[in-house]
Amino acid sequence: MKPEHSRRNFMKTSAIITGGILTSPFVLPKAYAAPDNHLKLALIGCGGRGTGAVFQAFETGHPIKLVAMADAFRDRLDGSLKPILDKYGAEKVDVPEERKFVGFDAYKQAIAEADVVILATPPGFRPSHFEEAVNQGKQIFMEKPVATDAAGIRRVLAAAEIAKAKKLNVVVGLQRHYQSNYRETIQRIHDGAIGDITGGQVYWNDGGVWVRERQPGQTEMEYQMRNWYYFNWLCGDHITEQHVHNIDVANWVKQGYPVKAEGTGGRLVRTGKEHGEIFDHHVVTFTYADGSVIHSECRHFPGAANRVDESFQGTKGKAYLSAGNHGNLSDWKGNAIYSHNRENNVNPYQQEHNELWDALFKGEYKFADAENAAKSTMTSIMGRYATYSGKVLTWEEALNGKVDLFPEKLAWDASPKVLPNEDGYYPHAIPGKTQVI
Amino acid sequence: MLFRYRILLLFIVALFTAWILKNRVLFEAYTQVIPGTQVKFTMVPIPGGSFLMGSANKKYSDETPAHRVEIEPFWMGTHEVTWDAFELFLDKNYETAISEGPIGQVVDGLSRPSLPYLDMTFGMGKEGKPAIGMTQYGAIQYCHWLYLKTGIFYRLPTEAEWEYAAKAGTESTYFFGEDADKLSEYAWIGENSNESTQKVGSKKANPWGLFDIYGNVMEWTSDQYEADFYERSPEKNPQNPSIKLYPRVVRGGSYKHKAEEISSARRFQSEPKWKQLDPQIPKSQWWFPEAPFLGMRLVRPLNPPSPEEIKAYYTKAPIDDY
Repeated sequence: MKPEHSRRNFMKTSAIITGGILTSPFVLPKAYAAPDNHLKLALIGCGGRGTGAVFQAFETGHPIKLVAMADAFRDRLDGSLKPILDKYGAEKVDVPEERKFVGFDAYKQAIAEADVVILATPPGFRPSHFEEAVNQGKQIFMEKPVATDAAGIRRVLAAAEIAKAKKLNVVVGLQRHYQSNYRETIQRIHDGAIGDITGGQVYWNDGGVWVRERQPGQTEMEYQMRNWYYFNWLCGDHITEQHVHNIDVANWVKQGYPVKAEGTGGRLVRTGKEHGEIFDHHVVTFTYADGSVIHSECRHFPGAANRVDESFQGTKGKAYLSAGNHGNLSDWKGNAIYSHNRENNVNPYQQEHNELWDALFKGEYKFADAENAAKSTMTSIMGRYATYSGKVLTWEEALNGKVDLFPEKLAWDASPKVLPNEDGYYPHAIPGKTQVI
Repeated sequence: MLFRYRILLLFIVALFTAWILKNRVLFEAYTQVIPGTQVKFTMVPIPGGSFLMGSANKKYSDETPAHRVEIEPFWMGTHEVTWDAFELFLDKNYETAISEGPIGQVVDGLSRPSLPYLDMTFGMGKEGKPAIGMTQYGAIQYCHWLYLKTGIFYRLPTEAEWEYAAKAGTESTYFFGEDADKLSEYAWIGENSNESTQKVGSKKANPWGLFDIYGNVMEWTSDQYEADFYERSPEKNPQNPSIKLYPRVVRGGSYKHKAEEISSARRFQSEPKWKQLDPQIPKSQWWFPEAPFLGMRLVRPLNPPSPEEIKAYYTKAPIDDY
């Protein structure tokens, strides 16, 4: 697959995000057949985020009915259904026993029951779930990141093309695209407020996330599925699972994707058995087609300074953005060009659903987020390939990488590809030695 | 015979005196080191007494009626709890890494916060800065962790204790008088904070040695917020224990508040929208992703409650939030 670096091609795909350029009616095969005109929703991946997304769908106020749920684990499904049912009641939540689907293949059946699907499992499963939803012709909200390796990205890109052809709305939970400080500030950057962007720095430095302890009687597959953050086939490492947000902002500002990545990373402070195979820090420089460089840094170091934000430098000024509703542009003399009002901004997690469901109920085709999400996820994966291998990688090399992290077989007694040694520790990448593509 | 008894009696008296001296709690300022670490904080004695709680303020009617209240003696933290201490509680691996020797079995079994997915410093820094964004449950669990590490019963102030300590024997709007313009000498507020928390203790203290009692970050109390509570609050050690998740009382104003919004008597309340940016359901029992202006200060009662009451205080189950 040939990557699209040109500004023109990028604009073609990113325009959808910012407006209704591609607006055109789509055919909802069954949706409006329902006598009370409601849309049927299925949740695939019943963790805290998926459950939160169902709440946000209901909070749009549209007539939505949750009709099916799927998860690898029954306890996760039950734990998700309870608060949904408590809050929204049996009228809106119609998930009887026969539409609770559990196991690795549960997603197929749940998707079949709905008009609209929320895909919110760990990211390793996203390519197969997205493909299935597209093949079944469903409208889609899916969480970021959208894959954990290049093989997965290629599947998502291919399915994204089919989704466009079928006019299926796809919104991806890179929620900065639905947050007004980002929209307002980046629009001004694209309009030339600080000139051409020559460089930038994007960060996700903080103390790290949850760990789930190994329980007696768990197979290796179940343990990795439960403690998924620390296994690359499921998570993609934190540069992908988390830092993709900031890397995606860099791509958005640059209106393109990097042509080259080089970097350094490792495990310094998060080195336990329970920490699987992922690194605790990555520092990457991404070079874009015009030669400009974005510095990307993510680390999980408790006790050290935190920083989660994005800065850019242009020929006429600089920009500062953060999820805390910062959006500041100034010239090189320090004069403010734009300063986003940080008070009373709409919750971007809600805004994603407001815009998606408004379009769905109007019968509009407005959102094709999958391609950009796949390419921004690919950017983060390219970063990981660079830190794991210690090599300089081009976009083409990374995107065409042959290493497939996924297990040969998905079953509770099947073996994932990365296994602990006799002391319980997992092998991790060694720069200079590890093959990533 | 008699002589031997006298010797014995003397010996018993001496033993008893030694025991008293050993166990006497001096009601003085002290420094608490978090065992096994270099991290420490100071507590000052707040003498028992009575004061006029609330105000005759027409602008904020929940401060009325002003009413006389009696308070038992307690110690209070001279500073708001900082990230330096709070992060040890937050992350067991970090606590283990930084501590000399084992952190202890009991502490090992403590329930700790879910590590926040978001950067809970919001870019405002950690070292010497107040810990922020914790729920009341999280604030109490921090006290629980300290109790397990030190054996001392630390807890949140009641709303009455907080106001008593802030007023420090005064009956004016501020402990320094009525002039809001002077607030900047004592507090980090909207007018001087550059929209950020600041290092604790970098302004002047109140008469009882409490820094940042106004501004910097709002501080948790253990009380439920009810606008009309003062109409029926008891005279001795009043408290209104939290039963509902919202609203609960927070005090003191923050770096975001304008001078005119802050006073010793001003009552603030927690809000569900402080969690709206939590993308998960159920929402975190530990974190408010939209309350970077909220922190905590410790209290230690001079006369601690029974072990059963202490256990009940620390092990009260959190309420699901969704």
